Parts: sequence; structure tokens; C-alpha cells
Amino acid sequence: MKISAIVTLKKEVLDPQGKVVNQTLKNMGYKNINNVRQGKYFEIEIDETNEKNAKNTMEEICKKLLANSIIEDFTINLK
Amino acid sequence: MKSAVIVFPGSNCDRDISVALKKFQIKNEMVWHDESDLPKSDLVVLPGGFSYGDYLRTGCIASKSKIINDVIKHAEKGGLVLGICNGFQILIETGLLPGALLRNKKLRFISKNVYLKVNNVNNKFCLNYKGKKIIKLPIAHNEGNFFAQEKILKELEDSDLIAFKYCDVNGNTNEASNPNGSSKNIAGILNVNKNILGMMPHPERHIDPVLSGDDGSFMFESLLKSF
Amino acid sequence: MKISANIIDKHGIKLNEYKKIIKLIGREPNLLELGIFSAMWNEHCSYKSSKKYLKTLPTKNKKVIQGPGENAGIIDIGDNDAIVFKIESHNHPSFIEPYQGAATGVGGILRDIFTMGARPIATLNSIHFGSHDHPKTKNLLNGVVSGIGGYGNCIGIPTVGGEVKFDSTYNENILVNAMAVGLVQKDKIFYSKAKGINQPVIYVGSKTGRDGIHGASMASAEFDENAEEKRPTVQVGDPFTEKLLLEACLELMKENSIISIQDMGAAGLTSSSVEMASKGNLGIEINLDKIPCREEKMSPYEIMLSESQERMLLILKSGEEEKAKEIFKKWNLDFSVIGKTTNTKNLILKESNVEVANLPLSSLSSDAPVYNRKWKKNLESKKNTTNKKYTSLNLEDSFKTILKSPNNSEKSWVWEQYDHTVMGDTLQNPGGNSAVVRVHGKDKGVALTVDSSAKYCLANPMIGAKQVVCETWRNLISVGSDPIAITNCLNFGNPEKDIIMGQFVETIHGISEACKYLDFPVVSGNVSFYNETQNNPISPTPTIGGVGLIKNINLTMSHSIKEIDSNIFVIGKTSGHLYQSEFFREVMKIYDGPPPEINLFNEKNNGLIVQKLIENKLVNSVHDISSGGLIIALAEMCLSGQIGTKMKVKFNKINPYEFLFGEDQSRYIIEVNEKNKKNVCKILEKNSIYYDIIGKTQKEYLSLNDDFNIKLSDIKNLNSLWFKDYFKES
Repeated sequence: MKISAIVTLKKEVLDPQGKVVNQTLKNMGYKNINNVRQGKYFEIEIDETNEKNAKNTMEEICKKLLANSIIEDFTINLK
Repeated sequence: MKSAVIVFPGSNCDRDISVALKKFQIKNEMVWHDESDLPKSDLVVLPGGFSYGDYLRTGCIASKSKIINDVIKHAEKGGLVLGICNGFQILIETGLLPGALLRNKKLRFISKNVYLKVNNVNNKFCLNYKGKKIIKLPIAHNEGNFFAQEKILKELEDSDLIAFKYCDVNGNTNEASNPNGSSKNIAGILNVNKNILGMMPHPERHIDPVLSGDDGSFMFESLLKSF
Repeated sequence: MKISANIIDKHGIKLNEYKKIIKLIGREPNLLELGIFSAMWNEHCSYKSSKKYLKTLPTKNKKVIQGPGENAGIIDIGDNDAIVFKIESHNHPSFIEPYQGAATGVGGILRDIFTMGARPIATLNSIHFGSHDHPKTKNLLNGVVSGIGGYGNCIGIPTVGGEVKFDSTYNENILVNAMAVGLVQKDKIFYSKAKGINQPVIYVGSKTGRDGIHGASMASAEFDENAEEKRPTVQVGDPFTEKLLLEACLELMKENSIISIQDMGAAGLTSSSVEMASKGNLGIEINLDKIPCREEKMSPYEIMLSESQERMLLILKSGEEEKAKEIFKKWNLDFSVIGKTTNTKNLILKESNVEVANLPLSSLSSDAPVYNRKWKKNLESKKNTTNKKYTSLNLEDSFKTILKSPNNSEKSWVWEQYDHTVMGDTLQNPGGNSAVVRVHGKDKGVALTVDSSAKYCLANPMIGAKQVVCETWRNLISVGSDPIAITNCLNFGNPEKDIIMGQFVETIHGISEACKYLDFPVVSGNVSFYNETQNNPISPTPTIGGVGLIKNINLTMSHSIKEIDSNIFVIGKTSGHLYQSEFFREVMKIYDGPPPEINLFNEKNNGLIVQKLIENKLVNSVHDISSGGLIIALAEMCLSGQIGTKMKVKFNKINPYEFLFGEDQSRYIIEVNEKNKKNVCKILEKNSIYYDIIGKTQKEYLSLNDDFNIKLSDIKNLNSLWFKDYFKES
């Protein structure tokens, strides 16, 4: 099955890229934008039929590799 | 000859290029990205650096600057535009030059002197490289890996729009002499009218024999000669 | 909230220190005040263990404009030009998050430089990692190198030199020391001392977030097993904002608006406001509602202790606020008037018009504790190795083993990730004796180097420290510069242990002695204690950054051999000291024994003569002999110039191993062409300088008598193999 993860900087960690994109959007005329946070998206195909197992594996992968637990959080989605 | 160097937040080779232009008696003016009109100029330079910190995509946010509209007009009228390093990335994001600049193949920043084959000397930037076909210039970038679809690459080759190719000391353009994984060892390209040049190497850093080379000088001499 | 013993302990404050606080302020502090004390009284900010000894270092000579005590040291290089420089550690944060730790280390040291009105012109770094086969090393090395590059490249200041070393002593405590150098006009220097009452206090730069709270305390605490849980305090660097801050500050400095300026580094708003006000013998009042915050509902405690990066504190002349605000607005940076200077001599913090802290500034600075810690002299490392026979080893193989060892490998894998040519003034690239950077628009330049020799320092801290100062001096001499002054970064274990304190005390003696003799004062620096984990301290590692002046850049010397058939001289006596040499360590695996002695008299004489020979254009190339001995230095010269050397040496008093690999100090290799040979010999003899002529340069081979004859391309391959293999690159 396919499973995906979104990795973003933790809420309290400075996101320099998001800050610049936010400012640029405002300059481009999108006055109603309040905040932008940037992250990474991973889509992984996993040989697994049990959703729970897949999620557990994904969580492990995120913790061990995809996310830097010092500064990043992640959320997992089944497709 | 008059030039204008556009300064974006995060540009950091703006001083270097202005020093070079002055050294070769080109009258230069610095232009802040937030201006709407260019001063009267024959040459517009988009300098190297990390405009907007390279955030989102290199060159992408700078390409949305106010001044860019006037740069595009200047280019469309046949005015000269030179984009170096981040300037090249910006030119690509504005659509003035084709292709994309991806992360270096080894996923590392590369700062070193490289050999280049001057592939086209029939343009106002490279006239003085005639007879001096292998030159040495510094590169310093993280995203210089030129990529384009086959069709575009073929067009660039067929129309002789590749200005520089990475090579070794003997002029061989192969994988070993390709520092960043660029398609066809491309280091710099021209537009169809040959009034726009985008290149990853830094000619402005090699204009004095006390530095590790002065092969950049020829480019500024070429520009001067064409006016 | 009642301040419990547990809370006091969590703030790294000892019980007797807490009693002192009560005595100084006449009451119990509240939590915010305790946090402020904890930030100001920790080792990192107060230098409480080191102060007594740092005071003994020589800090002045004719060229010193500003010694220790400011954001950075300043030296005069003539024509109204001055050089501002400092080195600082960012060890603990880099171990926890190597990319961000190293990046913010570079950012922090750069702010120390431009705070003083100088445009940064170069950075250097000294980085130490654990053993190459330790499981953490590869990731740490990769992260630190890309972090240093990521920050320096983006802000556009060339990283021109440095050193990378590996030793198991750093397995759990890596060292990341970053040095920055700036250029300022002598009459346009800015200081941090506040002046005048009722002047506006301004906050500029990035917003304050919850990052790095108690970073300075973390830097002053030993790691335990749970170090990795202390992680959330690591800050994220934003070099783009720093570039804007740099340009905005320099733009404002052209105006006559600033009274004083200080960057917010360790302990952020707390230490910057306390330092500015107490230096000026004033008081300061801050309205916390005015601090630009990144997150909602930040408490006064969080605001005062946040270590968010890319922020500055200014005191402006009253009435200049609007003009200054315009400049920061142009650069899209926050600008806020947050308070004023007062005559109370207290730090007063207000939130919603309520006073939340009120502390006498003296209690935070001059009355902070100073310790006279117990120390023990280090025992001489004895030559107790059962005399292993090495003379049966193959010379060529031994040389090759050293060449391809991680510590002696060529480091372009590292420095090619740093933009070293931006700003267009880099005259000598990394990999040589010292980096040379031209003073922009002029015909003069500065030579810059950073050095350390922990292996010698562990064996004998006093001699080792002297050696590092001398090596720095030698590196500056070798490019044709006149050495002026140094900055030091002193990396040690826990000073509460007498043996570590002893290493520190002896190191200071060693540095002091060498600096005095060479007229080479210390103008800035930083102490990093508590580099130890579970009772395993690092080797004492004083890192020295040196600056020299090259009056005429056309006389800059390089270490590349220039022509075939010229003569190779060794200046200084080779007696073959092998203990602590790369040969003993890498080939024989012998790690004990004393380091080579330093004779300061010879050091100075030999150096000054080499300087004179360069000035009189009598030499083609120069290299100092350091770690690895004569053969490694000579090989580097040959590789750089792509010309070989044929050594012809008669061995009487010493054997070929001692000759090639001995690490006797105060030596240089110089290349002299036939035309100048007689003249050079005459000068050396007249000045009673010991020298040997060991051979002549030749095409593409490096050889010694009939012992070996190796092609340069083979040497080059061996020398550049290690990093490629380590990172599995072709």
C-alpha cells in the first residue's frame, strides 16, 4: 500500500523559508495570507496489507530518518 | 558603456561585479530590486549570491521582484543581460532562459576553479575569448546542475547557444570534468538573440593576476569592445 | 512560584551561589530573576573559573587598539585601517544538531565582528571530531561542514581556512570553533558601552521565539547520557536575515546615530542589556511588551532567556529613532524601541506596566562569582613504551601510511564546500600555510590562520600551548606576513576537577610565555569548559587564530615549489623528536612520551630570518614543518607546485626515520634557486641560523637517496583517497 508523511518544522522552531514565502505572497498582493510554514512530503510504497503495521513502520522511518526530531514534527497519512 | 547591477536582498556578489565593471571602465549603477524603472543602461547584470536565502527555489522569489518587469523589457528590446550564478538561476525563473538548475549531483556545495571550453565566441560577451578556447574560472554553487528536456538541449546545440562547457585542462568535456552533473557539461547558455547570457562560473572573481587567475577579464573587455 | 532547591539546581546554580544572590539583592529572587542570574553567572558568560588566569595573558602591543572585553579584538594595520577578529566555540550545540549548531556558530561570531562597525571579510574554523570509525563521526562531520558552508556561503563571506582533526577524545564532545575577521576604519569603530541617560534602547533583527532557552547554561554543563533529550534548545540559523542585518547595521553606522551596539548572543537579551548598561555604569529599563515575538503568549522568562538568532541591541541618540527605523524597514527587519537607559544602575523589566524584575546590574556582572579552583600539575607523559623497533619498517610504506591517514589527508573535500573566493580578495586559497586576503581596494593584505595541537597539549599542556602559538606565528611568517596578534578558543573538560583545571592553568602559562616572547598578544577569545561526557574529558585543546599584515601583496609567499633544479633548505635543526609524532601515532601506534620542546629564542630568530628572505625576494617558496614532519611538509610543497624533489642526505647523528618524520619545532623548508643560494647561505650564517641543504627540485618524483622514488601523482592519489573513501565517492 501507499503511505505518506509530511515533515514540518516544529511549531516553535523558526522557519526562515516560510517567513520569506509569506512576505513574498504579501508583496504579490495576497493580503489575506497570515502565515506560511514549509515542509517536506514523502510518499512511500510499502509491502504491507495491515494498516496498523504500515503506520507503525512509517512512524519508525520518520523517527529514524525522515524527520529530525530535534527540530521537526511529522504526520502520517494512509492513501 | 553603461551598466546596471540589480541588488536583491541576499545578493552577495553585487560588490564584486561592480568592482569588475568599474575596473574595465564600464559606468555602473546599483539598482535596488524594489525600484520600478531601470536607469538607462546597455547592460543589466543580475549578480551572484543567495537572493532571499535561496528559499523555496533558487532565484524564484527574486524573479517576482518589481524591477524584473523592466529587465524583461530591456532584454526584449535587445539590451544585454548577464546573469551570474544566482543571476543565472533568476534568469531561468523569469523565463528569459530555458531549462532548470538542479542541486549539484553530489548534493554538496562546490567552490573551486574549473576549466571551461568557450563554445561560442560570436556574441558580445565572449568576443575576446577567440583563440583562447580553454579558460579557468571559479564556481561556487549548490544548484548549478543544468537540466533541460532533450528537445531544448538539441535546440541549444543546433543553434549554437551553449556559451560555456565544463571541461578538463585539455578541453575534454566528459563526466570526469563535469563538476555538478549538468546536461552536456553546460556551464552557461545564451538566448536565441544572444543578448542574454546566463552562466554559473564567476568571471568577476578572476580579473586580477594576483588572484588565482584573470580569465574573467576577457569577458569585460569583450563587452567594452562591442560598444 | 516558590523557588525550591530543585529549581535552583535545574538552573545550574550551586547552593552557595544562591545564598550569594540573596545577599546581593537582599531578598529571594523570583523565577525570572533566577533565570537571569543563571544565564549571567554560568561559566560561559561569567568566566568564573578562568578569569583569574585569563588576566595574566599579554593583551597589548603597539598595534592593539582593543584587547579582550569587547565583542572582538582590534588591531591597527595602518592607513586608518583596522582588523577586528575573534574566535568562539559552538561545541555543544553542534554535537546535538551539527548543521544548525555549526551554522549558528558562524552567525554568532560574524555578529561579534559587524557589531563593531566592521565588514566581515573572512571566516576560518577549527573542527575536531571523534575517531573516524566512531558511529557518530560521519554524520557529525557532514553536518558541521555543510552547516558552516550553508551559513557562510549564503551570507557571502569567504571561508578561507581552517583545520579538521579526528581523535577518539572527541567521540562524545566534538569541537566547532569559528573565527571571523572584519575590516573597519579606525575612526569608525563601535563599542558596546552605553552612554547617557534617557537614551532609547532599540531591538532590531529577527523576532524572538522560544529557541535556545538556556543555551548558555547548556554550554556550561557536562553532557550526561540524556544529552540528546536536551535537544529542543537548539536554535535554527537564518543566514539570509543575518545578511540583511549586516547590511542594515552597516548602513546605519554611516550615520551618526548609534551610541553603542551589542549583538544578542549567548543568553540573548539578558546578557546584551546587562553588558551594555553595566559597561556604561548606567541602569536600563526594558518594556517587555515591546519585544517583537514570533509566538503568542511568551512569558518574560522566555523572552529574556531566548537565544533566537540574528538580533541586535542598540542604544541610539535620542531623536534618531525615525531615521534608523527607515533603514531597518528597507531591509525588512523588525525595529522596536524597547526601553531606555536610566541612572538607577539596575536592570528593570516591565510587563503590562508591572515591574517583573529589578536587579542591581553589579550583582549580575562585577559581583558575579569568581573562583580560585584547585588545580594539579599534569604529570609528564613518560617514554615508557618498550622500545619498539621501527628501523626495520619500510620508509616508503611508513610515509604512505601517514599520507593516507585521516588527519594528514588533503582536506579539499571539506573546503570545496566553502565559498572561499566570494568578495574577490582571496589571494591564497585554503590548503596552504595561511590564508591571505587582500584589504579591499588596497595593495596590502592580511594573513590568517587557525591552529591547534591537542596531541602535544595532552602530553604536556604547557609545552603544547607554547607550540600552538608558535605554529600560528610560523604559518603567518611563511606567507610573508608580519604576525601581529592572536585570538584564542580554549576547549577543556570540567574545571571543577583539579586535573582539568591544571591543564587549563598550564595552558595559559604556555600561551602567555610564547606570546610575550614573540610580541604576539591575545586580543580576544573564548573559554569552553565542560567538554566531557561521563567522566571522559577531551584532550586540552587550545585553538589559536592568528593575524599578520602583508604590507605589499606582491610579496605574498606561497608553499608551491616554483622551479626545477632549485635548492631545498631546511631552516632550524632537525634532531629527530619522534614522540607524539604522526609517525609514532599512525604507524607505530605509540601514543605516550613528551611533545617536542619549543625554544623560543630559535623560534623567533628562525622566523625573522625567513621573513627577511621573503622580503628580499631570495626564496621561491616557503612552508613551515609541523605535524607529520619534514617529509609531509615537503610533499605538500611538491604537490602544490607539481614539481618533485630529490633528497640527498648523509645520515650520521640521526637515522632516516628521525630525519623524515621527526617533529622538531621552529623549522621551515625554503626553496632557493641557484642564483640566490650563495647569498642565502651567507645571510643564514651571518645570523647564526642552523640550516641544512637537503636536495634539489626535480620533475614529478619525490625521492630520498636510494631509499625511495615516488611519483607525485601517486602521492596525490594516496593523499586525497581518504575522504572519498569515507563518503564513498568516486
